[in-house]
Amino acid sequence: MKRTDIAIIGGGPAGLCASIAAAKMGAKVTLIERNSTLGGQLVKQTHMFFGSQKQYASTRGIDICKILDNEVNKYDNIEVLTNTTVLGMYEDGVITLDCNGSYKKMLPSRIIVATGASEKYLPFANNDLPGIYGAGAVQTLMNVYGVKPADSVVMVGAGNIGLIVSYQLMQAGVSVNAIIDAAPSIGGYLVHASKVARLGVPILTSTTVKSAHGKEYITGITTVKLDDKWQEIEGSESYLPCDNLCISVGLSPLAELLWQIGCEMKYVPTLGGFVPTRDNHLKTSIDSVYVAGDVAGIEEASSAMVEGSIAGLCASRSIGLTMTDYDKVLADYIEQSNSLRRGPVGDKIRQGLAQVEIGGQTK
Amino acid sequence: MRIEQHPILTFPAGKMVKFTFDGKELYGKEGEPIVAALHANGIKVIGHSHNKHRPRGLYCAIGNCSSCLATVNGEPNVRTCITPLCEGMVVTMQNGKGVIK
Ligand SMILES: Cc1cc2nc3c(=O)[nH]c(=O)nc-3n(C[C@H](O)[C@H](O)[C@H](O)COP(=O)(O)OP(=O)(O)OC[C@H]3O[C@@H](n4cnc5c(N)ncnc54)[C@H](O)[C@@H]3O)c2cc1C
Ligand code: FES
Repeated sequence: MKRTDIAIIGGGPAGLCASIAAAKMGAKVTLIERNSTLGGQLVKQTHMFFGSQKQYASTRGIDICKILDNEVNKYDNIEVLTNTTVLGMYEDGVITLDCNGSYKKMLPSRIIVATGASEKYLPFANNDLPGIYGAGAVQTLMNVYGVKPADSVVMVGAGNIGLIVSYQLMQAGVSVNAIIDAAPSIGGYLVHASKVARLGVPILTSTTVKSAHGKEYITGITTVKLDDKWQEIEGSESYLPCDNLCISVGLSPLAELLWQIGCEMKYVPTLGGFVPTRDNHLKTSIDSVYVAGDVAGIEEASSAMVEGSIAGLCASRSIGLTMTDYDKVLADYIEQSNSLRRGPVGDKIRQGLAQVEIGGQTK
Repeated sequence: MRIEQHPILTFPAGKMVKFTFDGKELYGKEGEPIVAALHANGIKVIGHSHNKHRPRGLYCAIGNCSSCLATVNGEPNVRTCITPLCEGMVVTMQNGKGVIK
């Protein structure tokens, strides 16, 4: 059976930074990604990122992806396996892989799970019609493959992702008929909202989808207004034509592997659903398993990168590796992650994390 | 339809290859996911569900949801959103569970 020091599952910003940090510590790293390319969500983010300078704020997601990819390539002790899906994680520490169609086993000393998240869905009549896509799917089609998903779109969700993808749809020459959101106010940042509003896109709050219309393919939707108790207001229905309904109502951690190996999980709505408990070194309830990024709680690429670095350093330290200034570098990353979560925007995240953080520091 | 002009991105021309969908001859870029090639040709309904025969198409585009299953070169239940297009591929709409030959 193949052995490695640290297996990192998922090649998004969290997994890439974890690989780089562990490689700097001298660990033999195996980075495993199911797609043919590294980058995770970054490969479709054409906008300039918000966040702090240390995490490449004002750089486009696609460019951050290239920077990290190049960095990974510099290390001989990082082996990258693309087109490889981790199928299972077992109590004895063995992980099983579908590597380009062939089945393999691996025994790493430590595992860092950085599998990201998947998009949430909404219940409404006819929600299975073709033409109803996740916002990430629409982004993938247009920003990665250069294919228009549709001609006219209604976006459900006025959070940052909904607003950004609406703008990107217009850049691709697709019209956005409206953005609707069940909440009474816009969830995303004002800069993003005003960008689309300036282009004439109505943002309808306290509004949700009642049903989709069409036989083989979506042709329009019926919206309905909600009162302050989130109940439908009778008679407030209205019809909106579209040939695509884009769903952007949040993400939930892709945590199946953590469940399978038996990590302690807690339901924390502000972090996106069930997330693993962990210490401040991102070690889960299982000593050999670390987490980083959206799978540990839905946040942003900036925090995913910092968490990746922390997990990479600490997992390596736990197998006896070190480097000059280890304590200083780690303390700096921990301070970065705290500072990203400061202020009112980080309120919910901090409250969520307080529920899942266990114990003090482990060395 | 393909995006002709974009303020930020450019898309490499790529090699166009021939494939078929339900017998109809189409062209797509080699290596792009089958579902992208189908979308570029205006095809968005890829199958029908096995109980109620409801139409099915793309949803997640990253291989998570199994909404985009089709039969490819005779193999049923292929996720067309993560399967690269090759010259001469025979893609057929999958109705129901598909048949393993
Ligand atoms: C539209 C949009 C706009 C955004 N804008 C910003 C922004 O401006 N600023 C910001 O900071 N953040 C932004 N984000 C958020 C950011 O992109 C994510 O928080 C970040 O990508 C999470 O990183 P990750 O590494 O945890 O997960 P991901 O990037 O999702 O990567 C996870 C990777 O794991 C792989 N994987 C999953 N399961 C397996 C398996 N079993 N085996 C092998 N590989 C697997 C996946 O294929 C994927 O490549 C945005 C997100 C979206 C969708
Ligand atoms: S669209 Fe979800 S698996 Fe293909």
